[in-house]
Amino acid sequence: MDLYEYQARDLFEQYGVPVLPGIIADTAEEVRAAAEKLGGVVVVKAQVKTGGRGKAGGVKVAKNPDEAFEAAQSILGLDIKGHVVKRVMVAGGARIAQEFYFSVLLDRANRSYLSLTSVEGGMEIEQLAVEKPEALARIEVDPIAGVDAAKAREIAVAANFPADLVDKVADVFVKLYEVYKGEDATLVEVNPLILDEEGNVIALDGKVTLDENAEFRHASHALLEDKAAADPLEAKAKELELNYVKLDGEVGIIGNGAGLVMSTLDVVAYAGENHGNVKPANFLDIGGGASAEVMANGLGIILGDPQVKSVFVNVFGGITACDQVAKGIVGALAELGGAANKPLVVRLDGNNVVEGRRILEEAAHPLVTLAENMDQGADKAAELANAA
Amino acid sequence: MTIFLNKDSKVIVQGITGGEGSKHTARMLAAGTQVVGGVNARKAGTTVLHTDASGNSVELPVFASVAEAIAATGADVSIAFVPPAFTKDAVVEAIDAEIPLLVIITEGVPVQDSAEFWAYAKEKGDATRIIGPNCPGIISPGEALVGITPANITGKGPIGLVSKSGTLTYQMMYELRDLGFSTAIGIGGDPIIGTTHIDALAAFEADPETKAIVMIGEIGGDAEERAADFIKANVTKPVVGYVAGFTAPEGKTMGHAGAIVSGSAGTAQAKKEALEAAGVKVGKTPSETATLLREVYAAL
Repeated sequence: MDLYEYQARDLFEQYGVPVLPGIIADTAEEVRAAAEKLGGVVVVKAQVKTGGRGKAGGVKVAKNPDEAFEAAQSILGLDIKGHVVKRVMVAGGARIAQEFYFSVLLDRANRSYLSLTSVEGGMEIEQLAVEKPEALARIEVDPIAGVDAAKAREIAVAANFPADLVDKVADVFVKLYEVYKGEDATLVEVNPLILDEEGNVIALDGKVTLDENAEFRHASHALLEDKAAADPLEAKAKELELNYVKLDGEVGIIGNGAGLVMSTLDVVAYAGENHGNVKPANFLDIGGGASAEVMANGLGIILGDPQVKSVFVNVFGGITACDQVAKGIVGALAELGGAANKPLVVRLDGNNVVEGRRILEEAAHPLVTLAENMDQGADKAAELANAA
Repeated sequence: MTIFLNKDSKVIVQGITGGEGSKHTARMLAAGTQVVGGVNARKAGTTVLHTDASGNSVELPVFASVAEAIAATGADVSIAFVPPAFTKDAVVEAIDAEIPLLVIITEGVPVQDSAEFWAYAKEKGDATRIIGPNCPGIISPGEALVGITPANITGKGPIGLVSKSGTLTYQMMYELRDLGFSTAIGIGGDPIIGTTHIDALAAFEADPETKAIVMIGEIGGDAEERAADFIKANVTKPVVGYVAGFTAPEGKTMGHAGAIVSGSAGTAQAKKEALEAAGVKVGKTPSETATLLREVYAAL
């Protein structure tokens, strides 16, 4: 889960990372009030989970509350790379002397952690890595040892911080690592980390990604979720504990196992090339042991998507028995009654497939077509979606 | 021959008394695996009853620790079915006992826990090969199953398979059921895993019975790209590839924690191109991949 900047700022503050005061606001009036409260120069910053806010006009400096009000009017509602700004953070101003970059993140390739640090901050890190790789210090962080004071100094020295700043930034690195470790993050990034004219090191902007697998030991993380921003079908699916991702197509997909479902999306998209370019409408992995209830919940979500014209159920019975899946489908259709009103193509293979097919054939539901294999099923579902 | 696992492997189950552990102990025994015991500190000294492949009933002892289980049974493989919150401790225990092979089935392990136990395994001298977490495990058809892969899809044969995904492993074994497999290994879909595509490719290359290899990847990370480099430099046997997630949008996690396209990195197209540049034929679909494998196998 990616956090908004203001959420990252709050976490930083909890861990003692120096940040500027910040107040969130959802209307221009609230922004004016926040600017009055903070006093002096403020920065109005769009809260969106994407980069390039500055260039898109999503960050504006305001010298007084009236300017902040005007800035808010131009930022709220702005579309930044498909993200509409609904909230801004009004942050205190800083007199920036120097900008730096620091991040600590998961290093998949080395199965470890990595810190990236540069004394040349402010520019996009991807750009810096390409244009000035020598200015970016990449230091491995041992997942067990972490970043202690000595390691933090090693990082600061490697990144060529001037000697008089090493201890000061190292202290901030240690605290940022504590955020990473303490919150089960997979990324903590500060860009820019600044030195102000008074000599303070401050995290001016932060990006934090949290590991959803670790939510069981962080009760507070559920509160950070932006339920309003989630797609309503995705939100409903999450409540039902379904692994669902809304996409922008016409063929609803249900399968078991993340890899097989991803593969099903591809096969349907290829089949769609011959059928009016229809595309998959969603990702839905019902996992192992699909009960009638899980199947009904899944079908309910998919049929609740007005874009869906047909549904492809693609199950390879490994541990899951195909007869159980078939019973699930029949039960779900009975339960949904008139709400089930779109054609279903079902492909079953593997464990207990003969019995599974027999159950579906016997039920002979007018909406259900049995497919011989995955390719044929995808083709049929695409054809039906295109015909609808 | 097989890789990592064969009919002589002696297997213990960490979490043998739990629901999943119990269910899959029964399935592994039915597949012919020599399951010799289990671990659950709170139930140490008790036994669990199961039936082996010949239909004989077996009484499996439950031990307090992996080390005790090894000492008593000579086990050289452990499989962990423990909840995510306790997985790190179970893995550390297995590493401390220096079990040669550990398969972690558990889904939903915090990635920092995986990073820590991996670092710990390295620190302890790499005595334990780890497969997983969040994986279907490993099967050497006709010899042994340590995992949750259905044992009856196909039998022994000349193909080696390595995959991030469980159900795609089953699908591909099914597509190629007429040929059969030396070993099929599911390495898992998490961002940090133990055994990688490269480790499995190296083992298949060294295994005289494996004649051709299927490698299944998916979006996210750059493991497939690194595997492509490895294949180019080190693998002489034909490799056929498949990558899931061509149509996955950027920034959406597709089921596996590791399956996410971030920016320009991790796309299926980039992985396909890297593999093709290494001489690997890549199928657009599982069935096309199976056809490609048949072609390269027939040409041997």
